[in-house]
Amino acid sequence: MTIGRPEDTSEPREGVVLTPEQAKSRRARNIAIGVAVALFVALFYFVTIVKLGGNVVPRAG
Amino acid sequence: MSDASFILDEASAPRAPVAAPGDYFALLKPRVMSLVVFTALAGILLAPTAPHPFIAFASLLAIAVGAGASGALNMWYDADIDRLMTRTRRRPIPAGRLGREEALAFGLFLSIMAVFTLGLVANWLAAGLLAFTIFFYVVVYTMWLKRSTPMNIVIGGAAGALPPVVGFAAATGAVDLSSVILFGIIFMWTPPHFWALALVKREEYGAAGIPMLPNVHGETRTRLEILVYSIVLAPIGVAPYLLGFASPVYGVVSLLLGAALFGCAIEVYLRREGEKARRAAMRLFFFSIVYLSLLFMVLVIERLLALSSWLA
Repeated sequence: MTIGRPEDTSEPREGVVLTPEQAKSRRARNIAIGVAVALFVALFYFVTIVKLGGNVVPRAG
Repeated sequence: MSDASFILDEASAPRAPVAAPGDYFALLKPRVMSLVVFTALAGILLAPTAPHPFIAFASLLAIAVGAGASGALNMWYDADIDRLMTRTRRRPIPAGRLGREEALAFGLFLSIMAVFTLGLVANWLAAGLLAFTIFFYVVVYTMWLKRSTPMNIVIGGAAGALPPVVGFAAATGAVDLSSVILFGIIFMWTPPHFWALALVKREEYGAAGIPMLPNVHGETRTRLEILVYSIVLAPIGVAPYLLGFASPVYGVVSLLLGAALFGCAIEVYLRREGEKARRAAMRLFFFSIVYLSLLFMVLVIERLLALSSWLA
């Protein structure tokens, strides 16, 4: 499915054409998903560090 | 464009969603979620040995998201009756900003993520209890009890009462009497809290077809049951002190709060008609929120103080 605004408005529009309001809310949702995924990755990164704790130190030494 | 693409004019185009991130956040019932966070924190802090602060934080986050997910699933299922009540008709689905399917997908996705995150971060007992809590709230309460029996919030209240047990399990990998007592406090608190609201919103619940106690057995029976539950709740509220896992300060505060709640319940029982009756019910409704919040706040603060003095 193609989402976009055709340049020639006399032709039938192709795909779903978003209103400015819909485009704005989609962008906001995309940003929110991006932030949530980044925080989720960071959460698991730090949980891993905490759970490993000092156990990795002897191997590194 | 491939052959699979299609041409649409604006009128026949499927309605694209206009929901903002805030609408999805509203699906999580943030106010309920904040109470869940608070009570689960109390459960975590009851642990004899404190977990690592970041593990505690991650566990709390998973519990909060799990609670929020069950709220989203509740709104998915109850969209039809949410349209009928003033209290709920501005929610994202009845307001038309978000489709039911989106709420269902969102709720299921977050439920699975929350349970697995808690399992990996803390332990699988806590994750299992969180999964059971979500199941109980969505399937047992929302889908079954809510529309079929006036005991809906009595039994369904177990879901709201479980977060301290989940929190304690996340911190210790076990369930013990102290977390069960916190469960008991919230479990016995739920009926008088919601029945006070049901006395005021009786007609709305009736129009939505929800068999709340005042609609099924009348206001007199409801007022009596509110009084009985308040009498039972007061000593359970003091139990953390009596059983030795809360300080005398908590004991005094819980005794005073229990007496005040009992006073509000007596007022609801005695004032049965007109504006005074409505005010008494609303006073009990709001005071019950203060009651539970203060009890857990004292418990949380004194455990944090004990923890900081232990660390010092």
